[in-house]
Amino acid sequence: MPDTTAPEQITSEPIIIISELNKWFGEFHVLKEINLTVKKGERVVICGPSGSGKSTLIRCINRLETHQKGKITVDGIELIDNLKNIDHVRREVGMLFQNFNLFPHLTVLENCTMSPIWIKKVPLAEATELAQHYLERVKIPDLADKYPSQISGGQQQRVAIARCLCMSPKIMLFDEPTSALDPEMIKEVLDVMVDLAESGMTMICVTHEMGFARTVADRIIFMDGGEIVEENDPETFFHHPETDRAGLFLGQILSHGFDE
Amino acid sequence: MTEKIIGKNPLKEWKPRPDLPPPVRDFGLSGWLRKNLFSSAGNTFFTLIGITIIWLTVPPFIQWAVINAAWLGDNRSACDYLLEGEKNGACWVFIKVRLGMFMYGFYPDPERWRVNFALCLLALGALPILTTGLLEKNLRRIVYLIAGAIVCTVFFGPFPGLTAAMFLSAPLLLSFTPLARQIPVRGWNWIFLFTIYPVIAWFLFTGGIFGLPYVDTHQWGGMFLTLVIAGIGIAASLPIGILLALGRRSSMPVTKTLCVCFIELIRGVPLISVLFMASVMLPLLLPEGTHFNKLLRALIGVALFYAAYMAEVVRGGLAAIPKGQYEAAQALGWGYWKMMGLIILPQALRLVIPGIVNTFLGLFKDTTLVAVIGLMDMLGIVKTALADTDWLGFPKEAYVFAALTYWVFCFSMSRYSMSLEKRFRVNRR
Repeated sequence: MPDTTAPEQITSEPIIIISELNKWFGEFHVLKEINLTVKKGERVVICGPSGSGKSTLIRCINRLETHQKGKITVDGIELIDNLKNIDHVRREVGMLFQNFNLFPHLTVLENCTMSPIWIKKVPLAEATELAQHYLERVKIPDLADKYPSQISGGQQQRVAIARCLCMSPKIMLFDEPTSALDPEMIKEVLDVMVDLAESGMTMICVTHEMGFARTVADRIIFMDGGEIVEENDPETFFHHPETDRAGLFLGQILSHGFDE
Repeated sequence: MTEKIIGKNPLKEWKPRPDLPPPVRDFGLSGWLRKNLFSSAGNTFFTLIGITIIWLTVPPFIQWAVINAAWLGDNRSACDYLLEGEKNGACWVFIKVRLGMFMYGFYPDPERWRVNFALCLLALGALPILTTGLLEKNLRRIVYLIAGAIVCTVFFGPFPGLTAAMFLSAPLLLSFTPLARQIPVRGWNWIFLFTIYPVIAWFLFTGGIFGLPYVDTHQWGGMFLTLVIAGIGIAASLPIGILLALGRRSSMPVTKTLCVCFIELIRGVPLISVLFMASVMLPLLLPEGTHFNKLLRALIGVALFYAAYMAEVVRGGLAAIPKGQYEAAQALGWGYWKMMGLIILPQALRLVIPGIVNTFLGLFKDTTLVAVIGLMDMLGIVKTALADTDWLGFPKEAYVFAALTYWVFCFSMSRYSMSLEKRFRVNRR
């Protein structure tokens, strides 16, 4: 697809189209009739109680989970059991995990360069330069030669972001990227994510960081029981939620230590 | 919230305490002894028992093996005094006289340099792979290959020297050519060791070309044969084992079933019966007149047998890799084989180094079983030497020597595995 639009603004061009998505884990119906369209450059935050299917939903987008019913189209490619399609989509879509999932046998730099070199056939020197650039952008250029076990959780998650960016994805998925971090490290990761959002990256973010959601999200999606319960802009969602379920959820998570 | 407090009253400055060295316990030798050997009545008791056992076994053995032993001479008469007199000592002359046979079997004497050269070449080719850091710079690599070529020329002549020079320099040269630059020197070393080296070794061992006299495989024997079987067995069983392990964890039902059946079938029978099958049953099943080398049959038997064990070791390692590693690789767009080869297996294999080396050691020692199909490995040739009427009466020496030889090889493998574990410990979770 030709990339002609300026990255700073949300275009009307949809990049992810999910329609009537249904998924089961065995007998358990995890996702029910999900309809969701994400436009290029849009920042979507998905929140909801645990077990509501948020993670499963975004894992369907790069086919870490397969769906049984419905249709997912990413960047014009429909996700079906075609390995070539799936690999193509996965190269366009970066994903961040709760547990970082860095490769522990590779240095920070190698973590970043391996994928461009082996998947996109980028020459070593170029890949190294690219990796250094992104490590600088996530503010850890001096950790390049360390192994993941030698750096902190916040630093690991930032390496994971740099590793994704090295593949120059069009879309980034975040699966609770700060949930496994100490409070002092959450901020350094969120800062990088805000920076990324400001650069116009299309982002879908499952998170419990409501402050982050309020600052960067264009749209909040609230899920429960495998369904999208409410879909709203942050302002409306946080101050005048439309559904009682969302209101209850907000009441629960905002009752401790969250003040204006 | 925090900003308000900072604004109102200045905060006290907090300085972390300096790190202190840990307290020192148990000074000197007496402290060490008290702590480790005589810390309680029970420990003292066991220490004394240990000392007694050492006292009863080690000095007599040294007396036999070193002090009273016959070292000099080149025939039976040098050891006669041991059998006649009261002195209890080892007759190492026997080993000395028979050493060539123990090492090379019935490989013709004037051709034995070929075996030495092939093993020397193997050592030269493997050293850059087995060590890290030592030969990472190109200048050092060049010095190394020139030194290797000179050593080979001095010991084996100009033609072998040239062969060694070509064999060692080719990976380096290839890594400079534009087409082959994607693979580093180390990668080329691996490729050469697994493709070019076997060809060179095969021609050296069997001969028949380049003016080298032909030596049939039935003349191979001794430590040489043991090393051939163990070397090929090790080199083949690990890759086959990895493929079997991947197959067993595969989601494709046919592949999975085949791998499970193979592994369980092989693991369910003793190696001896696999070797018998390969040597007795196989020729019956094959069409009349098919020539199928005995050594080759043994090699296939040993490699497949140990591949099944290796598969289970590797599977253990694969099972220990968290699901997130697969997901992260897949999310980045890695396909199955690249993901396995570069992300999953390097981690899985490092986890199971002790298990892999354990299997290798088992394989190395089980090469002695090829004697049952008539191959003269190290132990087999030692037994043959015992039957020699000129040298009756020295089984102890022969078996001690054989045991020591096997031990040296196994112990070095074990030490190497420990150094590998240490090297990879830094990047383990």
